[in-house]
Amino acid sequence: MLHIKELHASIDSKEILRGVNLDLKPGEVHAIMGPNGSGKSTLASVLIGRDGYDVSGSVTYEGQDLLALSPEERAAAGVFLAFQHPVEIPGVGNMYFMRTALNSLRRQRGQEELDAVDFLALAQERMKLVEMDQTFMSRSVNEGFSGGEKKRNEILQMAILEPKLAILDETDSGLDIDALRVVASGVNALRSEGRTMLVITHHQRLLDYIVPDFVHVMAAGQIVHSGDKDLALELEANGYAGLTPGSARVGATA
Amino acid sequence: MTAVKVPVRAAGGVLSELSPGRDGRDLGWLAEARLKALEWVGKNGFPSRKDEDWKYTALDGILAVPFVAAGAGPGPRVTLDLINKAAIDLGGPRLVFVNGHFSPEFSRLTGLPSGAVVTTLAAVLETSPDRLKPFLGHTPGEHHAFAAFNDVFAEDGAFIHFTNDTVVDEPIQLVFFSDTEGVPLMTSPRSVIIADSGSRATIVETYAGLDGDVYCTNVVTEVVLAENARIDHYKVQNEPTTAFHLALLDVRQARGSQFASRSVMLGSSVARHEIRVRLEGVEAEVSLDGIYLPQGEQVHDNTIFVDHVATNCTSHQLYKGVLDDRGHGVFNGHIMVRHGADGTDANQKNKNLLLNDRAQVDTRPRLEIYTDDVKCTHGAAVGQMDDEALLYLRTRGLPLESARGLLVYAFVQEMVDRIELEPLRASLEALVSTRFGSGAHRVQQ
Repeated sequence: MLHIKELHASIDSKEILRGVNLDLKPGEVHAIMGPNGSGKSTLASVLIGRDGYDVSGSVTYEGQDLLALSPEERAAAGVFLAFQHPVEIPGVGNMYFMRTALNSLRRQRGQEELDAVDFLALAQERMKLVEMDQTFMSRSVNEGFSGGEKKRNEILQMAILEPKLAILDETDSGLDIDALRVVASGVNALRSEGRTMLVITHHQRLLDYIVPDFVHVMAAGQIVHSGDKDLALELEANGYAGLTPGSARVGATA
Repeated sequence: MTAVKVPVRAAGGVLSELSPGRDGRDLGWLAEARLKALEWVGKNGFPSRKDEDWKYTALDGILAVPFVAAGAGPGPRVTLDLINKAAIDLGGPRLVFVNGHFSPEFSRLTGLPSGAVVTTLAAVLETSPDRLKPFLGHTPGEHHAFAAFNDVFAEDGAFIHFTNDTVVDEPIQLVFFSDTEGVPLMTSPRSVIIADSGSRATIVETYAGLDGDVYCTNVVTEVVLAENARIDHYKVQNEPTTAFHLALLDVRQARGSQFASRSVMLGSSVARHEIRVRLEGVEAEVSLDGIYLPQGEQVHDNTIFVDHVATNCTSHQLYKGVLDDRGHGVFNGHIMVRHGADGTDANQKNKNLLLNDRAQVDTRPRLEIYTDDVKCTHGAAVGQMDDEALLYLRTRGLPLESARGLLVYAFVQEMVDRIELEPLRASLEALVSTRFGSGAHRVQQ
């Protein structure tokens, strides 16, 4: 469903992605690990259409040229990013925000919009997944939320917007173990045959909770190593040392 | 229409040839006061950018128009429907003025308690002119040519008096509608609001007109609050972008009184809303809030002077501007804490959102303090649209324009929420959201 081929991206003439190749099939959960500065978050940024990058190579998503779409068109096509640093938007109610987002997607897809009552019912059901209560919904988007609350709010949006491709960027960062468990169980509940996930993380810890089908190691802007979930454990034991561009690629590419 | 040509440009000699007591109706004291005001303009001329309080707002556009003083008489096109579109009918008492003169056919004066006198300046001038002696003909505080012109030409406006402990629940609406078709009228509404001890009321002023009309509204409103009185004052300025709007709201407050002003500036080519508040009695409180939303070539100037004279008074100001296109905003806020005004609690905040590179804002919060025991803060901020927030909304599926509209609306939402009159708030939300595109509507649940 997602084919990334020789993807390069630079910002201010500094090359950050140096030829990323990756194939994701429907329903698969892929983890991307790698040290700081390896380009993991840039990959997420390029996939959702953040401005400011010079991009070459190709990204085909469900047969479409993903790079040609605006961020909102990518969203309508089913791409979702759980932000590493969710943005605070004072003055915009969380409930209103999510309903506006969902209805905006529905409109772009030619579906009927949900009214406030129907949306509330949906939201209340999905809030249980991440153990959020109504008070979060009446506050401004992410304003004054703790780190854990912000991440739960991201997963709630994912639960409501029901993307086909969910990219989770460092969703575990800044979470204590309890919050991590809540977030991970929310993510796991959303795993399905029709939903592909790309989990970007610095730590192996998250992958104890969200067990991936494939693990890729990114270094210096390339995928340098791919394997199954055991690769994460090896990395945990041996570190990223020794994994450099040009190392053998195994598995995961189809 | 008794038109008297106002040779605005020639502020010198020609002015003195005008006879302000032009049809002999004015009493001696008033005719004299008018003449004095006229002479003041003749002598001092118009403010320019050299004057501190007029530094940022170009008046060339106004001074280039050969305005004609508006006389009484119906506008050629105005209808009740137009009035209702310009100012949502809040259901209570409503005074409508067309070109600055009272229009009984569009007005409604029912539902007032016995302690509330709501009438017109012209009526009081007819029946008991001496009641106006403390007000008419001499604007309080520092003078300037536009206030003086109002002194010269004011013939009508609202006259409102609440006697002791009168409480008026329904908001009293003052609608100033201009319909000047081809004649560059200068209208000079003058309103007086007197709140005796313990009285309480809400006043809503709306200014509007017809697109394409070139005119100038030059208004003075005076509010006098006695002990423990409370007035909530709203002002909606939505004149057409071909018009000019110059306003002075002068407020004097006695002990324990409370005054709240909420101003929404949408219209006009050049609009200046000046507020002067004198806190004369201990423990008086004032809060002044405003939003200004210039776009196109509009200029919106908020000039504020809060004068802390008595001890233990409180003043709050929060003004927010959203500036689009070549829009120009001015926030010129001055707080004076006089010698002996101990226990003063004053703050002043101005925040601006610039939507593009050509928009401009001049913000100048000023504190002038002559005593030690005070708590004063002020601050100004000018920012641009938060790109990260914009991206966040777009990744959730909001089209760019809706995302921008939502963020702009979120910025002014705080101010709109302070409007406690539900129908007024709803109508202003609609006005503001129309201005900023489809994504902007009621945001909070």
